[in-house]
Amino acid sequence: MSNTKNWPLWEVFIRSKNGLNHKHVGSLHASDSEMALENARDVYTRRQEGISIWVVESKNISASDPKINDEMFDPAADKVYRHPTFYNLPDELKHM
Amino acid sequence: MTTIDLEEQFMKRVAADEKVEPKDWMPEKYRKTLIRQIAQHAHSEVVGMLPEANYISRAPSLRRKAALLAKIQDEGGHGLYLYCAAETLGVERDTLIEELHSGKAKYSSIFNYPTLSWADMGAIGWLVDGAAILNQVPLCKCSYGPYARAMVRVCKEESFHQRQGYEILLTLCNGSADQKQMAQDSLNRWWWPSLMMFGPSDADSTNSEYSMKTKIKRFSNDELRQKFVDATKPQADILGLTIPDPDLKFNEQTRHWEYGEIDWEEFHNVVQGNGVCNKIRLRERNEAWDNGKWVREAATAYAEKREQRKNESKQVA
Ligand SMILES: [Fe+2]
Ligand SMILES: [Fe+2]
Repeated sequence: MSNTKNWPLWEVFIRSKNGLNHKHVGSLHASDSEMALENARDVYTRRQEGISIWVVESKNISASDPKINDEMFDPAADKVYRHPTFYNLPDELKHM
Repeated sequence: MTTIDLEEQFMKRVAADEKVEPKDWMPEKYRKTLIRQIAQHAHSEVVGMLPEANYISRAPSLRRKAALLAKIQDEGGHGLYLYCAAETLGVERDTLIEELHSGKAKYSSIFNYPTLSWADMGAIGWLVDGAAILNQVPLCKCSYGPYARAMVRVCKEESFHQRQGYEILLTLCNGSADQKQMAQDSLNRWWWPSLMMFGPSDADSTNSEYSMKTKIKRFSNDELRQKFVDATKPQADILGLTIPDPDLKFNEQTRHWEYGEIDWEEFHNVVQGNGVCNKIRLRERNEAWDNGKWVREAATAYAEKREQRKNESKQVA
């Protein structure tokens, strides 16, 4: 049986209060999603840090490869006109 | 790019205070150093629960009992955050646990000293957690992201540990003469081992240089030890307790408290496994692991069965 193996690893995301995103806080091992949620409650919200928890099995996350970061994020590098400060406007114009 | 180029680039990034994340290229030595340090740290949190666990049922009041229980539970959580940080470096949790249980891996030697009285719960919180905080605060800025983030969580939780310990001693020191003596006896036994918690002196510390260069560590062992002595002396004065070091004196020029010679032979003895409690700590850890085997198996079997049922019902539908 698989008992000598680690239980699967889960990534834990917590919403600290309504109106805010769930945020990655860490990970833990659990045999299934239910246990992952309960363990996440016990280790990551002992001091009322959250009102909602997501757990995702780590193996289901696809991550970009930092080795190709240059190509990956290059398209945004030369598009300063996407930022408001790119535009020259007179100082009299107070709020825009 | 060659490994030498990559290494050079890595050192530049680290020197510029950039963080390293799990999937980034890193030198093997950096990875190994981190795994060893984070695993040792995790083991210390877990073994550190044992000397205090003995006093949960002996706490003098419900208030003390609830606080001690909460503290010990936190330490278990600290172990978990740290094991997870180590796992991001490609090591398996079970491998780490095996290394602890076989005696191959090290943990902080402070936990191989016995807890002889209730006052020790005070001294541990005040001194041992106090020393741990000084070690851990700079680690929040460690160059390895997952370790640094785990440390931020740990440090947030740690401050109540020290305060509850100090309060225990404060209460004893304001009590009867016997109670105060109990507090003094506890300080006498925990003072030197606490100083040893910062590790060998800089001259004898083999791993320090690389850790400092790659910003895993930001202060040397001796620097942290000095901070600890400077911070703790006035706290002992408030308690009315005497630090058991006849050579302790304030240097007006450096504005630091100078302390006496540390017994490094004792330190190495305990690290090598000959402390009073080395054997019992490992035995208790192994027993806990072995006794929990059926729970791990049952949970796995239950999860497998549920998964199977889910698949079956999908097929029917
Ligand atoms: Fe801790
Ligand atoms: Fe602690």
